[in-house]
Amino acid sequence: MVRFIDKDTRVVVQGITGDQGLFHTRLMLNYGTRIVAGVTPGRGGQEAEGVPVYDTIREAQETHGIDASIIFVPAAFALEAALEAIEAELDPVVVITEGVPVRDSIELVAKANLRGITVVGPNSPGVIKAGESKMGIMPAKVFKKGNVGIISRSGTLFYEIAAHITKAGLGQSTCVGLGGDPVVGLDYIDMLEWFQEDPETEAVALIGEIGGDAEERAAQFIKEGGFTKPVAAYIAGRAAIPGKRMGHAGAIIQGSTGTAKSKMDALKDAGVSVGELPGQVATALRDLL
Amino acid sequence: MKLLEYEAKEYFKKFGIPTPEGRMVESSEESRAYVEALGKPVVIKVQLPVGGRGKAGGVKFADSPSEAAVVAEELLGMTIKGLKVKKLYVEEKIDIVNEIYLGVTIDRNRKQHVVLASSEGGMDIEEVAAMAPDKIVRFYVDPVIGLKSYHANFIASKLGYRGGMMRRFAAFVSKLFLLAFEMDAELTEINLLVEVKDGFLAADARLNVDNNALYRHKELGKRLLDSYQGELTEREMEARIQDLTYVELDGDIGIIGNGAGLTMATLDTVMLHGGKAANFLDLGGGATPERIGKAVKFILSDIRTKALFVNVLGGITRCDYTAEGIVAARKELGINKPIVVRMMGTKEAEGKAILKKNGIDTLDSMEEAAEQAVILAGGDQ
Repeated sequence: MVRFIDKDTRVVVQGITGDQGLFHTRLMLNYGTRIVAGVTPGRGGQEAEGVPVYDTIREAQETHGIDASIIFVPAAFALEAALEAIEAELDPVVVITEGVPVRDSIELVAKANLRGITVVGPNSPGVIKAGESKMGIMPAKVFKKGNVGIISRSGTLFYEIAAHITKAGLGQSTCVGLGGDPVVGLDYIDMLEWFQEDPETEAVALIGEIGGDAEERAAQFIKEGGFTKPVAAYIAGRAAIPGKRMGHAGAIIQGSTGTAKSKMDALKDAGVSVGELPGQVATALRDLL
Repeated sequence: MKLLEYEAKEYFKKFGIPTPEGRMVESSEESRAYVEALGKPVVIKVQLPVGGRGKAGGVKFADSPSEAAVVAEELLGMTIKGLKVKKLYVEEKIDIVNEIYLGVTIDRNRKQHVVLASSEGGMDIEEVAAMAPDKIVRFYVDPVIGLKSYHANFIASKLGYRGGMMRRFAAFVSKLFLLAFEMDAELTEINLLVEVKDGFLAADARLNVDNNALYRHKELGKRLLDSYQGELTEREMEARIQDLTYVELDGDIGIIGNGAGLTMATLDTVMLHGGKAANFLDLGGGATPERIGKAVKFILSDIRTKALFVNVLGGITRCDYTAEGIVAARKELGINKPIVVRMMGTKEAEGKAILKKNGIDTLDSMEEAAEQAVILAGGDQ
């Protein structure tokens, strides 16, 4: 069973002294995230946003109880940072870093799986439990505590739809950005399994995009009865051209697989309400709940 | 990044993968001189970053140095799929016993490398997979253990090789996997892999390297822009040089967004409102005013753009920076094309104020903004 975050989750920020690490540490602290330590090799003994900084996780653990890690280090160091967190048994490990080589992602995901640890990302906007804690870079103001879970491959589109859900008078429970890379730790199905058991989630917004077949497999999982709560979905990339990469390394249509149409059809066939526009996900959820 | 055959073969040689003797040439004289030195009949192949060169007449044989010069002259004058042939690969002709396919790629669902091998080489492997799936050996590599000799032996044996040929093919598989791993290949494949009397030769070579890993292969990074030849349009190439994530489309509404998913959704929303996007441009995360200005200038200066739609959802990206970038770019260009801006999130109020002061209205909803952009683009038709 995947494990997620709440107001009690004690978090270490790896890469806390970089621009992104520092900026988002402040925003996460403001939101209520319990950040107990930061790690930047060579900056041990300093403080960042009032958080004590250590050279290694191992040293941070001598003083602090730590549950989970969020990683902001540059791509070339992301694999080792993630392995450090995995070895320290931190769970989840949220990798925000963009541009991680696929070979490194394969290794870090395989090693996390060996220990039963959940990796979110790489290239993920992170995880938020609305109203309690966020381990990520999502803008807090579009979220409101509620009962809709969100699973998204994209970042900004995820915020767009979260904002629609809030505006429609609903709110969110736990929301996860899976990450836009071809190989990431968490899949839609892992999250659907988790949401099925999560008592605080009554419906799910599934946000997908062209490329790969993760959405089709999620649809199959729903169709086979693996997830029984209401689902509304949006798929980006209907106007995309086959063979052209639309920004995300994963967002490329190859041959006949991975088109928006194949994903939308599969989801509709599984009984999911599929919106033509991002905002329609929110109206569908309002009708379903 | 896609390497040309002769470039891929340089790496094949480095990793000890047997290839026929050959050399890249750029003139008929070089071709003649090389074949004279080689003293064998050759095959001469155009070096282009597009597929289907055989069908297009880009692969020819020559038996003598003088014939090699004539053939090279002919091939160097060709244009295939809009690309002028500038480089050729001249290679010894091989007596083929059997044609095999061997490739290593990444299975994104299983999050593993997969080795694909088939005794039906020469054909499109996708076709073989569809028509005769039993003719393909698919071997998934455990990322923690890696590809070991007993895995390679298994693959060779499954293809039907025994004894010395089994061991030789297994060694081939091991070397290709090592190359795929060390070179961060998204895909490396050999189609044709030729079985000769006493072993195997890579008669063709494909190597596509993960762009995210180019910092580990600095010698390739320098050639990245060249490798886009044929794959990108002129404007797309210009965008790469300016470090913009841009895809050219055939409509008349310029689109700038932040984040791939949101930008794609912006295109889709414009399409649903009856408009056609001229492009996809993703600012990525945390763009500075300069970067935003650069993107705006790039799109506004496209003569096809009748209206610009900027859609920014500020998380890492700041709305005030976005506004500053737009205003500065418009001033600098002096182009008065209509601009529709939708912004929300970090520094939203500041961003809107800057735009308002400069006579640009903003909208709160992406749907409304898309509708507006479609109307404005159609205004002068």
